[in-house]
Amino acid sequence: MEPVRIIQPLLALVLSPLLFGIINRTKAFFAGRKGQPLFQTYFDLWKLLHKGVVYSKTTGWVFKAGPIINLSAIFLITFFIPLGHSRAVFFFDGDIFLVIYLFALIRFFMILAALDTGSSFEGMGASREAQFSALTEPAIFLALAALACGTGKLSLSEILVSITSRFWLANISIILFVAATLIIVLLTENARIPVDDPNTHLELTMIHEVMVLDSSGPDFAFIVLASALKLWIFAALFVGVLVPDIGFGFWLNLAIGVSAVFVVSVVVGIIESCIARLKLLFVPHFIFVATVFAVLAMVFVLRK
Amino acid sequence: MFYFSIQIFLVGIFLIFFGGVLSLLFGRKRNLSIFLGTLGAVSGSILGLAPAIKVLLTGGKESFYLNWTIPFGAFFVEIDTLSAFFLLCIFILSIITAIYGSRYLLEYKNKSLAKAIFFFNVLVSSMALVVVSANGILFLICWEVMSIASFFLVTFEDEHKHVRQAGIVYLVATHIGTAFLLVMFILLGKESNSLDFDKFAAVKLLPISTASFIFILSVIGFGTKAGLVPFHVWLPEAHPAAPSHVSALMSGVMIKTGIYGIIRVLTFLPMPPVWWGWLLIIIGAVSGIIGVLFALAQHDIKRLLAYHSVENIGIITMGLGLGVVGINSGNQILAILGFGGAILHVLNHALFKGLLFLGAGSIVCATGTREIDELGGLGKNMFVTSITFLIGAVAICGIPPLNGFISEFLIYTGSFNCLFTKQLNLAVQSIIIIGSLALIGGLALACFTKVYGIVFLGELRSRHAVNVKESHKMMLIPMIVLSALCAFIGLFSSVVLRMLNHCIAEISGIEVDVVSLQLLPLCRVLTKISFSAFCLFAAIIVLLIVRRKLLSAGKVNIAATWDCGYAKPDAKMQYTASSFAQPLVDTFKMILRTSKKTEQIKNLFPLNGQFESSTPEVSRDYLFDPIFKGVYSLLGRLRWLQQGNIQLYILYIALTLIILIIWKLR
Repeated sequence: MEPVRIIQPLLALVLSPLLFGIINRTKAFFAGRKGQPLFQTYFDLWKLLHKGVVYSKTTGWVFKAGPIINLSAIFLITFFIPLGHSRAVFFFDGDIFLVIYLFALIRFFMILAALDTGSSFEGMGASREAQFSALTEPAIFLALAALACGTGKLSLSEILVSITSRFWLANISIILFVAATLIIVLLTENARIPVDDPNTHLELTMIHEVMVLDSSGPDFAFIVLASALKLWIFAALFVGVLVPDIGFGFWLNLAIGVSAVFVVSVVVGIIESCIARLKLLFVPHFIFVATVFAVLAMVFVLRK
Repeated sequence: MFYFSIQIFLVGIFLIFFGGVLSLLFGRKRNLSIFLGTLGAVSGSILGLAPAIKVLLTGGKESFYLNWTIPFGAFFVEIDTLSAFFLLCIFILSIITAIYGSRYLLEYKNKSLAKAIFFFNVLVSSMALVVVSANGILFLICWEVMSIASFFLVTFEDEHKHVRQAGIVYLVATHIGTAFLLVMFILLGKESNSLDFDKFAAVKLLPISTASFIFILSVIGFGTKAGLVPFHVWLPEAHPAAPSHVSALMSGVMIKTGIYGIIRVLTFLPMPPVWWGWLLIIIGAVSGIIGVLFALAQHDIKRLLAYHSVENIGIITMGLGLGVVGINSGNQILAILGFGGAILHVLNHALFKGLLFLGAGSIVCATGTREIDELGGLGKNMFVTSITFLIGAVAICGIPPLNGFISEFLIYTGSFNCLFTKQLNLAVQSIIIIGSLALIGGLALACFTKVYGIVFLGELRSRHAVNVKESHKMMLIPMIVLSALCAFIGLFSSVVLRMLNHCIAEISGIEVDVVSLQLLPLCRVLTKISFSAFCLFAAIIVLLIVRRKLLSAGKVNIAATWDCGYAKPDAKMQYTASSFAQPLVDTFKMILRTSKKTEQIKNLFPLNGQFESSTPEVSRDYLFDPIFKGVYSLLGRLRWLQQGNIQLYILYIALTLIILIIWKLR
């Protein structure tokens, strides 16, 4: 293992809160506002880390464990996510499954933490989270299966390294379908419009934000940082698929990767500015579209 | 060595049975009866474990032959690596559930317990004999004893009407299954003119049509016991009716004897054609998805767990299907991963499903109800139960770092390998497996967050959960042991997988050396997964320390859950299990057909509002009920034969005999 690759998770840890700032500035630009500072999430994190917490007397250890498991598992996942077409810190055949199931671990404990408060709000959010994520699971698996089958590799790092410009051009249809699946999954999993609205806590239609309604202080800081990292991870995957390796070497590739991740957050901001949130009943249809894209990608792989 | 020979195994079986008989003899003295029965079961199982482990680790066979007067019958038992593996599952879970049961049964006040203990021990010994018998007649006898013993355990609380009904459903289902097995063994025996398993070599030369017929008979016959859709109708009835430690044993290992049967028959049959793999994969995928969907819609915790057994049997069957496809296409790694994943999942499911049923038993003991929606907040009073149940729930969802993940990992890796062949046939099969495993994983997560969140977290929901006490330590220790085993397999999976080399080789018919060579890269991967798990633990510990440092100076306040300023929040306002599952249940309403009864709230000062939902078994209502009604009305026309006159019946018998003799003389 080259020690320099450790820079990937560290970059994720340091830069990911910036993504929220970029999205918010983009939305502000579209709304004709000035918007909050680019580094607002860092200020929020700093503030939250130094605040006290309020625990409900209903809650027990599960409520406190949720944010900690969330952040530690997501940080572990960043070690498996390659950026800029070099291998990640950890990789092995089948790390795809570990990564996806680590997300499941996080979801499991975040849902339980929400239910631990005994509040209907959190229960409702948890229920929707369970529903939507159950439906996204086949989509993401089939999309990655299409990529794995196309490249003949079983590890996330190896797959993304294999997406050279030649592969990209030869398999453009697969790439586009997988990217379409990934962007839908990105929006769903990261609580973005059109599935969820990250800006409001209290509406009964919300999902992720309402699940963490009772979290405060350092616990909430962990959750915010974890969701920033999660957005980073999905954006990095999306970028890794959509932007081929042009062969610039480690550092330049990394720089391209990081800037592409920022571009993704601008795109997310644009999507959020242009589309209204879907009715909750229609969200499953939206996710089924992702599954259909993944299956189409698979069909194109097998047609070869 | 004598201590590891089959004689020791037989002594163990005898001890288990003898313990049961003793407990029947001393039935009047509750404590003595329980003690003797449990002692027999535990000591016998430990004795039986020794040869099983020896065979599993070193390969080879241990056999014992005794002639019988029954035509074609022989007391022929043989422990090969496949039997040894199933023996391992059976004995481990038997020891644990027997100890748990010794305390759990005491909860039944004013009821004679001797029957439950006797049949428990008979069930354990017959299960062990089923997986070692190497003669068709002996197999069927043990199979029948196993079914009858479990029937009496299911109907232990026969004073309740629903328990008696569940018992009848089980009895009918299991005998229909056995009927198929009977035909299957006749076909197998006809070819080789013997029912000893080691003489079935002639079966290998059967034409593929006959072999396929035998295979289908075995899938139906054994599938009924295993609980494959649509033959699973008895599972959701029988498991909730039985005492919890029996449900754990039945769901954990008894239904796996069906899987054992399918694997065993596969080893007799010639090279499988590709459609066998298709059949297993599709039945597996359907069972998995249907099982988890119905589980999601249930309100009764044990019924829910029973449906999860259907789901896991589905996963195991998909693994078997993958293995069959691997053998058919000559793809060794595929066969190894498919069969390896399937049998590892057999062991894993025995552990975590046993754990979950024992946990459910602990809940039922403490609260007296199985209704999830009436419980809540049990985690505060039942700490050990809640932690162990959580471990079981994480494991069954296939989430790392526990054991469920490892077996699903093998099946996933196998199906991705299958995909890489880029043959359309294989690729479509692997897409079915990948898609359904992913969906099952997501739905199982929804289901177990529902169970755990509603039962153990939040606030008490009804009078049942008041003054709840943690269960006795004789019930807690078995649960702790099972959770530790789940964690062990999850964290040291490469060690465990290496122990299964011989067994995988036996099933797939590949040399042991080749198997271990093929598994070498996989073991390396599993080591890395374990390493990642330890990294995760390290990260959690670091964060815990950070959090403690940050919250050091009295910064923790306790308040009520935020209630939007509403003055009187009530425990009834919490989300319930039904509301939690509702979005998913509605998404799949085409399959589930949940019926809802609502009494809307009317007027300004409403009197009553009511909501009720139930999800009955679809395949029972739409498939078996019509068939049974049809058969009933057809046979009704033959009622004139039944005059109730014994002389007439003797005449019937005599006539039949004469007809048979004439037919034979022809």
